[in-house]
Amino acid sequence: MVSLFKQALESGKFVVTSEVAPPKGINLEKMHHHIELLKDKVDAMNVTDHQSSVMRFPSLGGVLLVKEMGGEPILQMTCRDRNRLALQADLLFAASKGINNVLCLTGDSVLLGDHEEAKGVFDLDSSQLLAAIRRLEKGKDLGGNDLDGRLAFCAGAIVTPEANPIEPQLIKFEKKIEAGAEFIQTQAVYDLDNFKKFMDYARQFPVKILAGIILLTSAPMARFMNKNVAGVNVPQELIDEMASAPKGRALEKGIEIAGRMIKRIRDERMCDGTHIMAIGREELVPDIISAAGLTSDPPLPLRHHDIENK
Amino acid sequence: MIRSITRQKSEQEIDHLLAELGRLFIIGCGTCTTLTRTGGEPEVRAMKGRLIDQGRLVTGDVVLPVACDNLTQEALKEYGQQIGQADVLLIMTCAFGVQTIASQLKKMVIPALDTLFIGKENGIGTFDEICTQCGTCILGETGGICPVTSCHKGLVNGPCGGTNNGKCEIDPEKDCAWTLIYNRLKELGRLDSMRTLQKPRNHQGEPSPGKFKF
Repeated sequence: MVSLFKQALESGKFVVTSEVAPPKGINLEKMHHHIELLKDKVDAMNVTDHQSSVMRFPSLGGVLLVKEMGGEPILQMTCRDRNRLALQADLLFAASKGINNVLCLTGDSVLLGDHEEAKGVFDLDSSQLLAAIRRLEKGKDLGGNDLDGRLAFCAGAIVTPEANPIEPQLIKFEKKIEAGAEFIQTQAVYDLDNFKKFMDYARQFPVKILAGIILLTSAPMARFMNKNVAGVNVPQELIDEMASAPKGRALEKGIEIAGRMIKRIRDERMCDGTHIMAIGREELVPDIISAAGLTSDPPLPLRHHDIENK
Repeated sequence: MIRSITRQKSEQEIDHLLAELGRLFIIGCGTCTTLTRTGGEPEVRAMKGRLIDQGRLVTGDVVLPVACDNLTQEALKEYGQQIGQADVLLIMTCAFGVQTIASQLKKMVIPALDTLFIGKENGIGTFDEICTQCGTCILGETGGICPVTSCHKGLVNGPCGGTNNGKCEIDPEKDCAWTLIYNRLKELGRLDSMRTLQKPRNHQGEPSPGKFKF
């Protein structure tokens, strides 16, 4: 079965993805609500994998819920918590359930999360996980053994266009593409002139690029990210703009900025789409999409049930 | 020269480990733990003073020249009586010394230090871990800087997304190994080496526990 997300990437339309985060615990109400709000508004939604090394309900469980609710899930997989046996096994399970989009990540250090004494695995890295996926698709596991049954994934990875220094990051980016990445969701970009320069370089590679947009919720939040999040660089003028919002209206300003940036990315055809991260405020993603004027995108010609009925 | 790098356990942990053990003999080391100031003469003296103040009986103490040497048994012979009177040996050497002494004296040992890594002194009082003895050396592909050791995640294909201004995501005091490797390979005109997609590592170069015979 061809992934709907892959069809969207190949259709030439401006692709929109977003995220949902599994809960701490088994109360899935909030995630359920977010999926309901987003499933017809975005082309696919990532389900995060113990984001920031905080132990949560698993991404594999989250993607099943998205699927069950009629959404198009992207399984985020980090290399932090599983060795190559467990990663391959989870990929087999995902494929057996019709989950066929995967985002491969190295994963944050356990020291950044809420189980600081845990063992970080990193048996594979993100590029090796991509290569493992391509190998599974050829019917072999990493041990060189034959697999029973065919599987196929739309596999992707991330890049940080604002990394400093940028050169080692770009070498890794190229290796991810060589290893089999079909799409790239970027870390948040705020300086679109810088992003254009990155795209001038990235255009030469056969990969679809979705510009990462993190919703700014306040000026202090923007300053916090500049100080604490690697590769995120909110320009002072945007921080000033956030600070200029009337009291209680910062969030509206953040939505306006995110919408404006996405609109510009799309109008200028900078890249193939956007990945919207509204960290904890996923219910606002439809507002960002409206602010970007993206509602006019025609829906995909085929849905899963159409394909299955053929 | 390679050194065993140690850090003293907290007083609380040492007191907990000693519990009701009243009579102790303290052993330090004149090599690595003297250099790192964790188990040399001054540190052994300070430990002894603190434990005596607590009302414990210290039957004696010694700073061995090289605690991990097999000749340690000989060096400890002259302390036989004091060691015999002790309930336990409190050892301020690295874990190589602790295990050497434990195997030779058949006496309960309590380590006063945690052994952190095998390191190299790169400046006065500064020690860095540069090799983890993985058994599958890739220094030939990385300009002589080991990412298995120097990258927090042991990544062999380039930096993760947490790298920040040439530093590691876990500690701004620690360099990003892949920034160092990039700079070194660039200087050598060998960035092609970094562009090669490395296969998953063999984590069983020498299955633990390591053993070697010639």
